[in-house]
Amino acid sequence: MQRIGVFVCWCGSNIAATVDVHAVAEAAKLEPGVVFSTDYQYMCSQAGQNMIIDAVKEHKLTGLVICSCSPRMHEATFRKTAANAGINPYMVEIANIREQCSWVHKDMPTGTEKAIILAKAAIAKVHLNTPLTPGESKVTKRALVIGGGIAGIQTALDIADAGYPVDIVEKEPTIGGKMAQLDKTFPTLDCAACILTPKMVDAAQNENIRIISYAKVEEVGGFVGNFHVKIRKKARFVNEDVCTGCGLCTEKCPQKKVPNAFNLNMDNHRAIYIPFAQAVPKVAVIDPDYCNMLKNGKCGVCAKVCTAGAIDYKQEDQIIEEDYGAIVAATGYNPISVEKFDEFAYSQSKDVITSLEFERLTNAAGPTAGKLLRPSDGEHPHTIVFVQCVGSRCASCAGKGKEYCSKICCMYTAKHAMLVRDKYPDTEVYVFYIDVRTPGKNFDEFYRRAVEEYGVHYIKGMVGKVTPENGKLKVQASDLLADRQLHIDADLVVLAAAIEPDKSARPLATMLTASMDTNDFFTEAHPKLRPVESPTAGIFLSGACQGPKDIPETVSQASAAAAKVIGLLSKNTLKGNPCVAQSDELMCNGCSSCANVCPYGAITYVNKEFRMPDRTTKVRRVASVNPAVCQGCGACTVACPSGAMDLNGFKNNQIMAEVDAICK
Amino acid sequence: MEKNKTAALREQILRASGVNPKKCMRCGKCSGTCPAYDEMEYHPHQFVYMVETGNIEPLLHSESVYKCLSCFACVERCPRGVEPAKLIEALCAAVTRPQGANHMTPDDIPALLDEDLPQQAIVSALRKYMK
Amino acid sequence: MQVNESNIVANEEFRPKIVAFCCNWCSYAGADLAGNNRLAYPADIKIIRVPCSCRVNPMFILRAFQRGADGVILCGCHPGDCHYTSGNYYTRRRMAMLFSMLNYLGIEKERTRVEWVSAAEGAKFAATMQDFAEKVKALGPNKRLEDLRCKQ
Repeated sequence: MQRIGVFVCWCGSNIAATVDVHAVAEAAKLEPGVVFSTDYQYMCSQAGQNMIIDAVKEHKLTGLVICSCSPRMHEATFRKTAANAGINPYMVEIANIREQCSWVHKDMPTGTEKAIILAKAAIAKVHLNTPLTPGESKVTKRALVIGGGIAGIQTALDIADAGYPVDIVEKEPTIGGKMAQLDKTFPTLDCAACILTPKMVDAAQNENIRIISYAKVEEVGGFVGNFHVKIRKKARFVNEDVCTGCGLCTEKCPQKKVPNAFNLNMDNHRAIYIPFAQAVPKVAVIDPDYCNMLKNGKCGVCAKVCTAGAIDYKQEDQIIEEDYGAIVAATGYNPISVEKFDEFAYSQSKDVITSLEFERLTNAAGPTAGKLLRPSDGEHPHTIVFVQCVGSRCASCAGKGKEYCSKICCMYTAKHAMLVRDKYPDTEVYVFYIDVRTPGKNFDEFYRRAVEEYGVHYIKGMVGKVTPENGKLKVQASDLLADRQLHIDADLVVLAAAIEPDKSARPLATMLTASMDTNDFFTEAHPKLRPVESPTAGIFLSGACQGPKDIPETVSQASAAAAKVIGLLSKNTLKGNPCVAQSDELMCNGCSSCANVCPYGAITYVNKEFRMPDRTTKVRRVASVNPAVCQGCGACTVACPSGAMDLNGFKNNQIMAEVDAICK
Repeated sequence: MEKNKTAALREQILRASGVNPKKCMRCGKCSGTCPAYDEMEYHPHQFVYMVETGNIEPLLHSESVYKCLSCFACVERCPRGVEPAKLIEALCAAVTRPQGANHMTPDDIPALLDEDLPQQAIVSALRKYMK
Repeated sequence: MQVNESNIVANEEFRPKIVAFCCNWCSYAGADLAGNNRLAYPADIKIIRVPCSCRVNPMFILRAFQRGADGVILCGCHPGDCHYTSGNYYTRRRMAMLFSMLNYLGIEKERTRVEWVSAAEGAKFAATMQDFAEKVKALGPNKRLEDLRCKQ
């Protein structure tokens, strides 16, 4: 039998005004097991806590019931008090007689009556409480960053700087991501490569960072602090350790017609290629779909010219297995496909391009060496129309567009328009917008400069139709402020396509058991207060995989995610929440119902030897809960047909006892 | 009194068309895409806005309600699913449908037929008024 | 003894016994918010805190009706917002089954309810409880769900 102490708080007059606290304390005294009961003005104050500690010692209390404010407020406080008094912190129950009683009931008799019932329910529950100790698990001091764009690079650099080893897994042959493809960056107009490539080199040279490029995550097991990950490194048919990146092979290869994905297929490279000059790692890669040697065994030119002897046509995919303490998702974004918006004639004319293609066209390392030329005839365009919100904010275009605002388009369109006017003042530039959204440091000033100093024509309205005709693009649009319909003969139309999460994010989220929203962006643990953590412990979010972001925002989020990872890795062990599910192995029949409903994959099955009543032994399959993974939702306890599953802290008999006390 | 009448008319038009003008984000793509734009005094985006604000009277007295070709380009292209053409059609019906409000008899039509009238307009007019 | 009890019921106003199960993350916090904003609802409602609405075993509800509850309400996070990602979906399905069975057993469907109340919906919590208590009160005392097992 427990020895229970009941402590009723007045909370000044917050509780005492509508609840007769003394009567509650007196009524509690009559309950079985209650050996001490009192009331005090402020239980949470130091004096109040000391009173509890003294009472525990004097009356040898084993369980405490605090009738006070919500447990969401002070449960942790009173658990600490219990620990200070020398009893298990989980032997405390709170009766919420403030938020759910004194504050919502206005007359003394009703308030008091309800407070007594709530106290009795808590007493009934604490009778069945058992001491709980949080489980501990070791932390593997190594982090995995999935995605090697600016988000992944920044996160990895910050973690590495704190002294922890990090692996970056990148699906492309080089790190750098989208930022490597950009020309200039808003609002300062410094060139993307100038600020990104030093960071890429830093990452490559940092002894704590290992870059696993041309690879993807295949399997994730384990839990926070102890993830086990299988990574498939695709064969690049070039020995990474030997290749010097001289690039001779990429000039000699006879297969010249391979679409250059880095330049968005606007030009070609060879079947053996280095994506771009500053690639990290700077190692050639063979595209097996185009290489004559790999396809029909006839060629071998690259192997002949390679002085380092790095070419290896027999190379196979490699599986890397590693343990990690934390995983960061930094899978980034892609522009949506604009082909389905047939009013913009993207698939009918080469001169209708997306903004990312425009970036490559103006980039000095791009297909036109930085000269802005029309893709169709290589002529200099004199009239350029930029269309914003192509697929963004599109509620009714199911399967085509996205309902959200892609956030970055207003700024990069202003940048493009400004750059064109700066380099080619003879060009007329029109920007069709619905709203110009430029919140951010120096952002609106930037947009205004495009209008006021560079003379870009900003027109409120949307383009309704683009028709290719005699080498021109006939653009029909509305000018809402002038209330007229415009017809512009354009040379080039640039579509600010909406952005969407990378396609690899969804399968990755499934592997990580991290949740996603309907748009396939990773969900954060709390939209305001925990923006870089996934609800799944040990998984962190960096960059545009969580939502559309520009570079400054991406970098700050990447560093924030790194800080969270460092905080986790700096711990030697992790203390779990002891209120987790527990299976009674004698009752468990191994049916798998619990594992099927568990959202965290915390339940596994083990074969265990049991002694039977007739002294024989029998091996049975029983459920086993990993307390480090279990989050304590209790879904399994209800699914279990044999009643073997129970939840510590909220046991079946505890809740039943509360029900009984309330219905008495 | 006048206010109530307008509100009732607005209600009737919204119900008949099934359009929710509040969904409009004022991008103007409907007017950007409209082939009959130059023929109209009020344009598709204005129809939506004016119905939303209850400023319906001018629309009813405007020729614009008859100028819509019912090509449904605006319905197709609207990113928010507002369907301006349906609204214009409902307004048109509000003018032509009331009892005794027939503006012409079938015999008047041949004389009015324009050689240059697009086929599509005739067909869609039939589609509209055969209901 | 029996006679006395029924006399009391006849003389005093009927006060229903209502058990409310609230999930820790949304609805319990919503109830706290109702308190913070001093939004009154009947004292007949007594809240039991559970980690997730999916922790509520149908047995708890049957137990409540066995012990003389007049109504049971279950509150959880809105679908899609569950702290444990999918718990409230299980609740929704389980309770649809249980409530239709209870209705069949003679416990009117107005005596049982599932509501989604977020941590920001203090006003909704109070209004829901007010409404539920009124409906239960209008139905009058519940028939006690007897234990069907054989007794001595």
